[in-house]
Amino acid sequence: MILIALLVISILVALILAFIGDWRYAPEVNIGGSLLTFIVSLVLALQVYREGGSIAGSTYFFVDYLNISLVVLTTLVSTTTAIFSRRYMRVEREHGRVGHWRMRFYHAMFQLFIFAMLIALVTNNFGVLWISMELATLATVLLVSLYRTPTAIEAAWKYFILCGVGIAQALFGTVLLYFAAERVLGAGGNALLWTNLSRVSGELDPTVMRLAFVFLMVGYGTKAGLVPLHNWLPDAHSEGPTPVSAVLSGLLLNIALYALIRCKALVDASLATGFAGNIMMGFGLLSLLTASFSMLRQKDIKRLFAYSSIEHMGIATFAFGLGGPIATFGGVLHMIVHSLAKSATFFSVGHAAQMHGTQEISRIRGLIRGNPAVGWGMFLGVMALAGMPPFGIFTSEFLILTATMKDAPLLAPLLLLGLTVAFAALFRKVQPMVTGLIPPWQKPLAAANIPVFIHLALVLILGIYLPGFLANWFHLAVEILK
Amino acid sequence: MTNTLAAQINSLLAALILLTAFALLAQRKIIALVHIFAWQGFFLALSTAVIGFASGEHHLYISSFLTLGMKVILLPYILYKLVHKLKIHRDIESVVNIPTTMLLGIALVVFSYHLTAPIRELSNLMTRSTLAIALATVMLGLLMMVTRRHAVTQILGFLAMENGLFFAATSATYGMPMVVELGVALDLLIAAFIFGIFFFHINTTFDSLDVDQMAKLKETD
Repeated sequence: MILIALLVISILVALILAFIGDWRYAPEVNIGGSLLTFIVSLVLALQVYREGGSIAGSTYFFVDYLNISLVVLTTLVSTTTAIFSRRYMRVEREHGRVGHWRMRFYHAMFQLFIFAMLIALVTNNFGVLWISMELATLATVLLVSLYRTPTAIEAAWKYFILCGVGIAQALFGTVLLYFAAERVLGAGGNALLWTNLSRVSGELDPTVMRLAFVFLMVGYGTKAGLVPLHNWLPDAHSEGPTPVSAVLSGLLLNIALYALIRCKALVDASLATGFAGNIMMGFGLLSLLTASFSMLRQKDIKRLFAYSSIEHMGIATFAFGLGGPIATFGGVLHMIVHSLAKSATFFSVGHAAQMHGTQEISRIRGLIRGNPAVGWGMFLGVMALAGMPPFGIFTSEFLILTATMKDAPLLAPLLLLGLTVAFAALFRKVQPMVTGLIPPWQKPLAAANIPVFIHLALVLILGIYLPGFLANWFHLAVEILK
Repeated sequence: MTNTLAAQINSLLAALILLTAFALLAQRKIIALVHIFAWQGFFLALSTAVIGFASGEHHLYISSFLTLGMKVILLPYILYKLVHKLKIHRDIESVVNIPTTMLLGIALVVFSYHLTAPIRELSNLMTRSTLAIALATVMLGLLMMVTRRHAVTQILGFLAMENGLFFAATSATYGMPMVVELGVALDLLIAAFIFGIFFFHINTTFDSLDVDQMAKLKETD
């Protein structure tokens, strides 16, 4: 069973790394394990494509066009992050910021985190989805505080407490969902299965579903970092080691959004009104605007990109809230290209911070002269994030904007305002960092450039030319959400 | 035991759970808070067992035992040990304005009743009237986490919320599917492990468990 293999590999690698995590070749084991899950997920994707539609792996797991896309993305980004982390963590180890035990802990938790996200994606059960979301959070809490500095501990505590509170709301929402489902499907584990629920979603009681969605929105919205539930995110994403920032921003936010859009599909069918969509549009727009204005006054480079993640999650949430084939297509595409571009940017940012020994924007200068690959990687990554053509984010934002002008023209100016401010903020902060002369405190560094350029190439390809089968694929994924 | 009697016993236990939730909100001694939390878990386990007996849903016995083991014995024991090891068992938290917090708590209970009213209409379970109390317990736990500044107290608020969620599941649907309940218990166990580590980290880094000292990460202009 390929699906089971996918899950077993990552948990096995996690176990192995718990023992050998500080061995000389542990990073290679980490890369190998991630690469293996990536290959398995490709095989699985091929199978989905060939058999057309969804594969049920017993009652508990299932794959369809939507979640397999995210599974492939997750395993790909985890592989490239593992490659990046090899060089990055070696430098941190040499500088004495982490010791023997923490290296073991870091490697094991990294794989456990991937495992939890994969379960969240392929599970058929809304209850298990919640459990694995929580597991993914718990696995990363102590990674955020890995350096044990006062700020790191503060960030991790905030992350733990605020996400704990948030996700508790989602559990209450799940209880209500089960209450509504039980009346249609009968008691027992089957009433929380997506494959059953999507079949009978029209019969679920609208009053209960409306209440359930409010709780689910608050719960998973907290995890997706939507304003005003985002307070933990800039801290958690900026204080941990950079590979962790890359996967938190690039992957975990997507999973939370994925949970939310699955719930929305059920609520929409039950209510037959725009209730869920309107709430999501509100949250999305607020996140976009708040985050883009906050970006203007950031002094820490990782916080800047953490806010940029809130901004992009806001755009995607807005798109899914707007609904309709074009916006939803744009939303799915946006999740994927943002994930690739953001993790690529974090890789460059991590190296830049190591070269300068600080995360302060004002002390990072002359990157392109100092290390052309890192400098250009960061510059291109930021251009992609800012939505410049020909990168993929331009395509997805363009689609979303077009759909907005058609379906909700009054909101289009607000969307444009957010995008423009975010662009201005990113450009203003990043341009002095990459250009100019090399400052005396900059140190040379052997950087891991391959992951950055793999991601940027993919974002570019998705922007210039979306292959026919892939476009078709995304359309089928969008069908599921209708 | 007839169903009406069971429903009455359950209502009584629900009232006791709500009472402990308010007691958590008002209590300032750390060690007393751990005791109250254990009592809340005990009432919860008892209520689950009563519902299981009266409704004939025997899987609720397992949930009841799980609650008894986790929330009455294991978690309070871990907390008790931690509190002693960190030498904070005599600590009294300075909390401002308990009366206001209590009033806010009462408002939250009323709000919970209002919010769950449509569900009460729909349900025909004998436990339907306690769903509001379950939601109120969740809300009160949340309130406790917001108003308190001590790391241990915040965790107790978090755990009280978890109690409320568990109670909600039993009230609304006679418990979640077994796989979900076991998974949630597992998550709780991992969370307990993590906050245990955290207490030590916070204590060694900041010399106290007052989370107000952690205020470096603010937005600066």
